[in-house]
Amino acid sequence: MISNFKKILAASVIAATFIANPVFAAEKVKIGVISILEGAFAALGKDGIRGAELAFIETGNKAAGKDVEIIVMSSDASPDSAVNAARKLIEKDKVDIIIGPLSGSEGIALRDLSKGYQGVTFINGSSAAQDTTFRDGSDNFFRFGGDGAQWMAGVGTYSYEKLGYKKVAVVAEDYSFPYTQVLGFMSEYCKAGGRVPNKFWTPIGTKDYSSIVYAIPDDVDAIFVALGGADAVNFLTQYNQAGGNKPIIGGTITIDQSILDSKGPFKKLLVGTPAGTPTVSDFEGKEWKEFSASYAKSFPDGLSAPSIFAHHYYMAGKAALLGLEKVNGDLSNNQKAFRAVLEKLEFVTPTGGTMRLDENRNGIIDSFVTEVFEREDGTFGNRVLKVIRNVNQTMGHDAAKFKALGPVSRDNPSCP
Amino acid sequence: MNRFIILLLIICSVLPVFAADFWLTQILSRSIILGVMALSLTFLTAYLGVVSFAQVTLAGIAGYTIAYFSANTAGIGAELPWVFAVLLALFFSTIAGALVGLIARQSVGIYSIMITLAISMAFFYFTRQNYSVFNGWTGFSGISAPSVMGLDLGAPVVFYYVCLFTGALATLFVVKFSSSPLGLSIQGVRDAARRVRAIGIPTSPVIVSAYAFSGLIAGMAGILNVWHQERVSSFSVGLGPTIDVLIISVIGGMRHPLGAFIGAITYVMIDTFAIDLISRDRFNTVIGLVLLLIVIAAPEGILGILKSVKERIKKIVLN
Repeated sequence: MISNFKKILAASVIAATFIANPVFAAEKVKIGVISILEGAFAALGKDGIRGAELAFIETGNKAAGKDVEIIVMSSDASPDSAVNAARKLIEKDKVDIIIGPLSGSEGIALRDLSKGYQGVTFINGSSAAQDTTFRDGSDNFFRFGGDGAQWMAGVGTYSYEKLGYKKVAVVAEDYSFPYTQVLGFMSEYCKAGGRVPNKFWTPIGTKDYSSIVYAIPDDVDAIFVALGGADAVNFLTQYNQAGGNKPIIGGTITIDQSILDSKGPFKKLLVGTPAGTPTVSDFEGKEWKEFSASYAKSFPDGLSAPSIFAHHYYMAGKAALLGLEKVNGDLSNNQKAFRAVLEKLEFVTPTGGTMRLDENRNGIIDSFVTEVFEREDGTFGNRVLKVIRNVNQTMGHDAAKFKALGPVSRDNPSCP
Repeated sequence: MNRFIILLLIICSVLPVFAADFWLTQILSRSIILGVMALSLTFLTAYLGVVSFAQVTLAGIAGYTIAYFSANTAGIGAELPWVFAVLLALFFSTIAGALVGLIARQSVGIYSIMITLAISMAFFYFTRQNYSVFNGWTGFSGISAPSVMGLDLGAPVVFYYVCLFTGALATLFVVKFSSSPLGLSIQGVRDAARRVRAIGIPTSPVIVSAYAFSGLIAGMAGILNVWHQERVSSFSVGLGPTIDVLIISVIGGMRHPLGAFIGAITYVMIDTFAIDLISRDRFNTVIGLVLLLIVIAAPEGILGILKSVKERIKKIVLN
């Protein structure tokens, strides 16, 4: 009696669970979006989703007459979780296109995963490791944006020529994104004639920087700091408290508005600090103002201006929609026609440049050199010094030579 | 209970007929892998009476060994035939388990948690900063399950059977080991260490061997995990996965080896589908609430609920 009951129970549970996945006959394009919606990056990740949604809101959630369905998955900044999220979107939700992920190592993981799923096209969100597209790329992985090196375009030259820094020490977090940022800075700076005698790599989340503060040599002219969030605040505060007075050069996520809004005397040290970034939230360009207004209208509860993540996920969403329009929604034959269109796609970005891809399916982008300034009311902001158009992944170097330098690491590039 | 396990195994082995690939790889295989990892913890908790936070580290050591000795995209390591890689992985995880046991042999309760947590965090930061062996933050990727005589172990159905077999084997190991003379001494140490010493059995080797055995089980899971994720990195041995394994053990129940697997499938289902059930801003709240509810309503885990339901049905049927 008991075992019969159990058998029936077990059988019905299994039946209920697996008679799933009804076949969809409707004409619909399914797009999965992966972003970080948990942990320390959640607020930023959410803004990425807003960016992707904005692209679809603008077309009324339609592409080439077909309805577009968006399915969101979260990762937690680890490559494993991004891979799990993508597999769920592909195998369970049967998406045609994936937009994402947010951070560098996740991007490399999805690039590797994409090789096993020829029926799905991956469009990178905001992850910016160099190797995602530059080495060992995947035919169905596209990045309508730059890598961390491209984002530093112009900063090295500006530091050497305009600011006259002949020797710079580097303080950066010890993983792929800062490596790429340091490459972007050093490839220009060393070429211009500058020297980088010391590089200090710190684990992400370091609280105590005193050993590094005291190890920075006296004869350097400035410090290039590629730390993010709390790490940047901790380092700059401790450097200031120790009496450090070298000028700072910032990475893309070092000097963002949240740091300038935080309390502390170290901010005085930052006035005049140059940094490189693809996104300036109060940029005066016409297209950016339109984009910003459209963002504010669609997301009253969003940030005061679109972040770098909203900006990049928006470009990814827009590329997907424009591509779908051009092929009339035809995703047959392993999306061959769609991918051919994406490779040749050109559109005007919110920063006013023309987005197009190189042969590695990596974006040729606009980048900004910015500077920290003190407003009349005593608050601090970033202002644009220079817009650099058409930055490609080799930063203007010869492609073969640039590749021959090898993958970025702690010791590469080097010009002591 | 034995009839139940056989029935369960039969059901599990016919599942590929019904289930789509997604269910096989992302839900069932992943559950079994996490289940085996949790089993290595519930073994220690149930039979030695200690809670170890180092099980994910032990699994990670096996995983890194597989990655290092297989073809990968990191350009580090040497390729070996897969059999040797697997044997080495199990060897290292067992040795590492013994070392953890050697360090933690004197401690129980919160002290064993502290020591094993410290070990696992030290390993985590070590993998993150060492580039010559562990390839730092990025770790290894592009690792695939081997082919055995033309059969690709990575194919969804085949991989599911590999996991199922490993899960069954690990359970069998735990059941048999716990009733062996050494297993009985382990339980003796748990209940009355002094008396065990009094009859002439030194306790340290017994404790170390329990940890080593749990390292072996964790290593089995670690190998499968790398084949499943096709990658291993510092994230795989961080605090997140460590706590996941603890949660799985607690919600499943520690009284019986099966609890680990029940906990794992519950956890994986919630983890995968919570975001579809509720707005994406709040899905972690759902996960947390469900777990909290299970812990409050069933101090002995889901296994405990099942047992009490069974007893109630028995009463009704008998009446």
